Amino acid sequence: MPTKPATDNLVEVESVNFAYDSRQILKGINLSIRRGQVVAIMGLSGCGKTTLLRLIGGALRPTRGEVRVGGRAVARLSHDELFALRRRMGMLFQFGALFTDMSCYDNVAFQMREHTDLPEELIDDLVLMKLQAVGLRGAHRLMPSELSGGMARRVALARTTALDPMLIMYDEPFAGLDPVSMGVIGQLIRRLNDSLGATSIIVTHDVAEALQLVDYVYFMSDGVIITQGTPEELRVSDKPFVHQFVHGEMDGPMPFHFPADDYGRDLDARDA
Amino acid sequence: MMKRKTLDLWVGVFVAIGLGALLFLALKVGNLASFSAAETYLVKANFDNIGGLKKRAPVKSAGVVVGRVEDIVFDTEAYEATVAFSIDKRYEFPKDTSAKILTSGLLGEQYIGLTAGGDTAKLKSGDKLKITQSAVVLENLISQFLFNKAADGNKDNKDNK
Amino acid sequence: MMSAVIGFLEQLGGRATGSIHRLGFASRFLLLTLQNSGMCFRRFSLVVREIYFAGVQSLIIILVSGLFVGMVLGLQGYDTLVRYGSSSALGVLVALSLVRELGPVVAGLLFASRAGSAITAEIGLMKATEQLAAMEMMAVDPIARVIAPRFWAGVISMPLLAAMFSAMGVFGGYLVGVRLIGVDEGSFWSQMQAAVDFQEDILNGVIKSVVFGVAVTWIAVFEGYDAPPTAEGVSGATTRTVVTSSLAILALDFMLTAFMFRGA
Repeated sequence: MPTKPATDNLVEVESVNFAYDSRQILKGINLSIRRGQVVAIMGLSGCGKTTLLRLIGGALRPTRGEVRVGGRAVARLSHDELFALRRRMGMLFQFGALFTDMSCYDNVAFQMREHTDLPEELIDDLVLMKLQAVGLRGAHRLMPSELSGGMARRVALARTTALDPMLIMYDEPFAGLDPVSMGVIGQLIRRLNDSLGATSIIVTHDVAEALQLVDYVYFMSDGVIITQGTPEELRVSDKPFVHQFVHGEMDGPMPFHFPADDYGRDLDARDA
Repeated sequence: MMKRKTLDLWVGVFVAIGLGALLFLALKVGNLASFSAAETYLVKANFDNIGGLKKRAPVKSAGVVVGRVEDIVFDTEAYEATVAFSIDKRYEFPKDTSAKILTSGLLGEQYIGLTAGGDTAKLKSGDKLKITQSAVVLENLISQFLFNKAADGNKDNKDNK
Repeated sequence: MMSAVIGFLEQLGGRATGSIHRLGFASRFLLLTLQNSGMCFRRFSLVVREIYFAGVQSLIIILVSGLFVGMVLGLQGYDTLVRYGSSSALGVLVALSLVRELGPVVAGLLFASRAGSAITAEIGLMKATEQLAAMEMMAVDPIARVIAPRFWAGVISMPLLAAMFSAMGVFGGYLVGVRLIGVDEGSFWSQMQAAVDFQEDILNGVIKSVVFGVAVTWIAVFEGYDAPPTAEGVSGATTRTVVTSSLAILALDFMLTAFMFRGA
């Protein structure tokens, strides 16, 4: 059982460095997330956002610094303590990661059957309730291969929240979805967070959806947090990179041109 | 997704067929049925030369398998081979039974043949057979043949002279 | 010139140490699988499910191949034996070839290519679509839940399949030898029974098939678990499973045969 936290912060990341095969991915990250918040971590692909999620979930250990959830350092938990913590966390993977050899019903029931001793009748009610919350109760008999991308992700969301977790993490929840599905997922994230009294962390580079939805944003680039603030603050930020990202500008700190030689010289040289 | 019950049924059928195949092999193809459960008593015999006799070779009497060779060791006192073999408890043999090392067919494997004697007292576990005949070694046979041939030739020469 | 030679040697050495490194990783993985097998025995239904996919779905190919192999043995065996007037020993030839060698080995090769590759592909795909990571995040150990049941299913299925192969083969030899060609039925079976020893031949054959089962399934689950999470990664892993398993079966067969049948 986690000890009573000293602060209101559910997740605290303190001076965390992470390197993989001599490649520095995170270079000193500091952030904290209060209970009940919906927080977005944004940045380009490869800036370390997903790595950060995995550090919070205990799948990776920081090379330096500490990640604390509920006041306890994740990297120092024993195997059983870590698994106990994970039962109170939920993670929605990119594209859902539903178990393809079971039906939607069995996917949502999975955690209930593995971790609780609830009788099947009760599990049946819970599963249908969870699917109802995401609007897919009618699809409970279908197999994951029979679902569209958006539907699969919604079922995965139902699965993630099956045991009413206190912390829900989303890895690129909007990737590859049509506008309607994107809106649906966004609203579900907010609705579930508030109704469960949970805390949510969303890793994404979908600016429009994220800024509409979240309470706070951390902006990462190249392994460090370069800016943070409320969505409104970020929209009016004049920091060049943030500005380019938020407004989708073609050229800026992230250059349009791939590094190359002088244009004129290149043309002449290749003629010769 | 297959129903649980159908799955269990098929796996049950699979395991049943597998065990059935094993049973078929053990009983119909192999010799499990004939000998393993029988109770046996152990008897020894010394031979000058065991030839190609191997462990688990059959022990036959009148052509019927009555036992198995269990162990073959070299006796350092008598410089002979001591063969220990087990005989099925159902068959009793008199104390003066003789043992020969025979070959099945012309070039087949070798086995021990028992010929019963006339003694009323029966062999018990641990007894040693007194009368034995060693295996026929091919080289000795050939050299004997040549020797006889040479002897006949000399005799003819002497007669002719 | 020198640098090219050195470069080549470096590569060779790197490959060798890489293979040994991989073997070490695979061994630790096997140990982990065995340690996490508790769930398999408590919830045997998981293993039963995998026996269906690995064993039952290999039934057809094993039975049909066994039949054909036996029939060919009958034909070829008769052709050779009849020249020495020993055609009555056909039963012995067919039975011993199958029980000692062909049953475990050929069934093992077929199992590796059918079930082994399927297991590798399935696990590799689960890894690529993050299903294994998701399971871990849900506090369920994927090794206990996904890997171990498949491992034990393979180890259980293999000896049963090998026995079925041998049995079908003997039947095939009987069909060709006795029914088709006309070898005497009585001597076919009686000579076979006299020559095939339960301990020496059948039991050794079973031991071989268990060893092959462990080897093939171990390679299959490891390659799947270690596959790069891409399409080419999974297909490469599947190919490697079949190739490595086949070589392992043949090498182990040699070692086991040398150990079991020397001087027999």
